[in-house]
Amino acid sequence: MSRISERFSTLRQRGEGALVVFVTAGDPNPELSEKLVLSIAEAGADIIEVGIPFSDPLADGPTIQSSTFRALQQGVTPASTLEMIARVRSQSEVPLVVMTYFNPVWQMGVARFAQQAAGAGVDGVIMTDMPPDEAGEWHPVARQHRLDTIFLIAPTSTPERMRLVAQMSSGFVYCVSRTGVTGAREHLPEEVPQMLQAMRQLTELPLCVGFGISRPEHVQAVCRIADGAVVGSAVVSLIAQEMEKGERAVLSAVHRFVKELKEATRAR
Amino acid sequence: MSGGLQTVPDARGHFGIFGGRFVPETLIPALDELEQEYRKAQQDPDFQRQFHYYLRHYVGRPTPVTFAERLSEYLGGARIYLKREDLCHTGAHKINNTLGQILLAKRMNKRRIIAETGAGQHGVATATVCARFGFECEVYMGEEDVHRQALNVFRMKLLGAKVIPVTSGTRTLKDATSEAIRDWVTNVRTTHYIIGSVVGPHPYPMIVRDFQSVIGQESRQQMLEMTGKLPDVVLACVGGGSNAMGIFYPFLEDPVRLIGVEAAGRGLHTGEHAATLVTGRPGVLHGAASYLLQDEHGQVKPTHSISAGLDYPGVGPEHSYLKETGRAEYVTATDEEALQALQVLARMEGIIAALETAHAVAHAIKIAPTMPKDSTILINLSGRGDKDVDIVSRALGGGL
Ligand SMILES: Cc1ncc(COP(=O)(O)O)c(C=O)c1O
Repeated sequence: MSRISERFSTLRQRGEGALVVFVTAGDPNPELSEKLVLSIAEAGADIIEVGIPFSDPLADGPTIQSSTFRALQQGVTPASTLEMIARVRSQSEVPLVVMTYFNPVWQMGVARFAQQAAGAGVDGVIMTDMPPDEAGEWHPVARQHRLDTIFLIAPTSTPERMRLVAQMSSGFVYCVSRTGVTGAREHLPEEVPQMLQAMRQLTELPLCVGFGISRPEHVQAVCRIADGAVVGSAVVSLIAQEMEKGERAVLSAVHRFVKELKEATRAR
Repeated sequence: MSGGLQTVPDARGHFGIFGGRFVPETLIPALDELEQEYRKAQQDPDFQRQFHYYLRHYVGRPTPVTFAERLSEYLGGARIYLKREDLCHTGAHKINNTLGQILLAKRMNKRRIIAETGAGQHGVATATVCARFGFECEVYMGEEDVHRQALNVFRMKLLGAKVIPVTSGTRTLKDATSEAIRDWVTNVRTTHYIIGSVVGPHPYPMIVRDFQSVIGQESRQQMLEMTGKLPDVVLACVGGGSNAMGIFYPFLEDPVRLIGVEAAGRGLHTGEHAATLVTGRPGVLHGAASYLLQDEHGQVKPTHSISAGLDYPGVGPEHSYLKETGRAEYVTATDEEALQALQVLARMEGIIAALETAHAVAHAIKIAPTMPKDSTILINLSGRGDKDVDIVSRALGGGL
């Protein structure tokens, strides 16, 4: 069983939802980014999504666009991200997912990327701009290297598309909460329960809801109806906001926030 | 035309290894809907009748082919003919596509239209059809282009469109396109995205090509009538590649050389250019696999061209396919050569071309003297240069 599946079965036994946290690799700088990933794991995140920055992140709102550009300016690459992940892996058993766009993977070579990611201790990969229809080359290669292939469904997905995502996914399914790009929001959209219900009928895989989940209350509400909640922009903007106060401030603010978020997964 | 070049894309939108749909899941159902509606419209005589009615009575088609007599004499080789897309309503070929797409949007009951624009010609063409058919219109435009194409910004506003300056990334067409896609992901249920070239996820490259292929259909016939034969060479500038695809497509099965001209900017050796097909390699940007200007890690490179409409690191997937199969050739012209060509054409033929178009003219100036006197070159004169007079006058060291 993959690290991701194992984590979900443990959580199921405990009656908790999964807290999935996203950060951009190398943001706000490469050294602190590595410490942040370890600290987020230590604070209780169940899965960490590490973003490999891409110059044209068309599924991301302003917050993650900014973190992407901060990382790129400091020379972060797909290879340096995998090296960071390998160092994290030597110190932690937290399930790690790479989240990126297809082009950086394609340029490295799909097979080479899969091999190096697996070697670094990556457990799964999400590519925001790769629907299952285009995953003909990626899917078998990822499976061969025991990487979970995590695809996304959206509120606009038809039943046929949900079925395709269910067939092609492993680890968990990423359920996009709203039509739109990433970014913190005030409220959870009303259409989420309906989407989850439809997907539930098609797969046993855990369902995690992301996009706009930014507070403990959101996490709590999501964990009542799904297997996990993904928090990205809220953490990334906290990093940016605390940065001027220095490294210690960033680490402690993020640690505190992740702990609160994790608490909320237990309160369902 | 079975099994030939005219049978791409395949059912999933692939041109060989190029094309496809590399977009967030949220958009896939909208792309499916667009494709279904387009296929229905193609079979619907009413739709075809409407499209051709407005092409004729609103856009002003057919546009003429002009024999460039003095330019041909001056160059002393091939006879040069100009397909006059500059005479289309709004001054460029872009409206052939926006007209077709607004009629599709009407069929799909979408009331809001968004578009991206570089030079502003596509923005103006979109704002124009939105005004004509009563749609709400928002156009994304890089902040740098808002400055260098100020005339077109004002035209869009006069036409009732909202122009949204894009301040992310390079502040040009690439980022305007990303921002338009982000808007579409958010408002996909109510909004149709009128993409401005043969780029983006399937079915856009196919739809835009088909709407633009009226250029090639007309000019193929016109050349036969005027010269009694097909042209030896067809030339067009390539930004995203819509005017080139539009004129190339009906010639694909003919013994005609097809040459696309990309922007070499300050020179290929400087790295400041937009010569995607000539110097790039396959990658994925804005929803399709195609040639791309990118670094070794797959990050998209900044580009430069004096013409905003060519200042783009990507290119339509069908051009990548035509390059790979060897059916079309791709070459470049620098800023300097385009400026020169623009002036030569103005003085010899009384036609002020757009800076984009001037790149194609520049290549004709290079090759015409090497060709026999009974050979012919057909240039797609994709647009007029009114929008560029300010940039040209500054580049030439004068004021207006
Ligand atoms: C007159 C003209 N020609 C050419 C282009 C380049 O676009 P494409 O390569 O899609 O024809 C533009 C784009 O703005 C344009 O305005």
